[in-house]
Amino acid sequence: MTPGQRRWVFLVAIAALAAFYLWGLAGLPGFGNYPGPYGTIIDHNAAAQTHATGVVSAVNFEYRGFDTLGEEFILFIAAIGVSTILRHLRGERERPAREEALDRDDAMAADAIRMTALLFVGPAVVMGWYLASHAQTSPAGGFQGGVVLATAVMLIYLAGQFLTFRRISPVDLTDAIEATAAGGYVAVGVAALVMGLPYLSNFLPLGGTPGAVGSSGTIVVISLFVGVEVAAAFVLIVSEMLEQTLLVPEGN
Amino acid sequence: MISAASGVVTPYTVPGWLMDALQATVLVLVAAAATGVVLIRQRVRQVVALSVYGLLLAVLFLVFQAPDVSLSELSVGAVALPILLLLALAKVRERDR
Repeated sequence: MTPGQRRWVFLVAIAALAAFYLWGLAGLPGFGNYPGPYGTIIDHNAAAQTHATGVVSAVNFEYRGFDTLGEEFILFIAAIGVSTILRHLRGERERPAREEALDRDDAMAADAIRMTALLFVGPAVVMGWYLASHAQTSPAGGFQGGVVLATAVMLIYLAGQFLTFRRISPVDLTDAIEATAAGGYVAVGVAALVMGLPYLSNFLPLGGTPGAVGSSGTIVVISLFVGVEVAAAFVLIVSEMLEQTLLVPEGN
Repeated sequence: MISAASGVVTPYTVPGWLMDALQATVLVLVAAAATGVVLIRQRVRQVVALSVYGLLLAVLFLVFQAPDVSLSELSVGAVALPILLLLALAKVRERDR
């Protein structure tokens, strides 16, 4: 095919795509309009039924808890996949971190960057735990909390504390924590089965007041498990990638 | 949208036109940042631009009333993804040397 013919194929295809796209846009409901009944029903009943005022969390960890379980395992499998693909290959050896540092002129980040990064570690840890443990009262939840917690660990790396980063997140330990937390979510569901309830039923006491931190039963428990799992998965992926930058083919 | 249009008026209610203006502004900024990411050819700079784009996307989600999605985007789009890309670039550079 000549470039000229190829251009024609492209132009016809893009025109057809544009036509379909515009046709689809024309059929959309008006901006900001929500025609479905589902959201309205949830809005009216979630707080009374689950004692969670964070309705998004009530949907994620209660009404559609099974979907979220699947989503959590997507991340779990992704992390497993990364650590399987990025394993040490035969004929690769690890360069000692010290040698790596000597090798680069700019190995150390600027003092301002290191200070700023270290300053944010504490707040990020507090924020992460707050988000993961307050799914029931705020627009937070395990996933958000988990990624913020993982960010705290990454900030330590950004601050140039590579050896500290490695010490606080050894791959085997991170792996084990990730698996345990993922299993914890499943276990909450199984616990409901043991009590003769449907899988992932909210079997814990809901607490007196909707919106109280101790209310909403299993929602906050699941959220915490998700938080730990997500944090471990992200740290695992980053450490695996980090190890790769230290590996050199044998003979170099 | 927390605006007069939703019918509920609180001390924190933002006038509808202001919310519209804010949403339009952030949409334009996101489009500009996305174009910037595509146009920048130098890879490390491109990653930094991608991080800024992630930050703007987080603001976009916040302005469209999805604070939970915004928090995730803030960490994943502005921090985690750029770090992964920088590490990958470091590895590629190592191999080329």
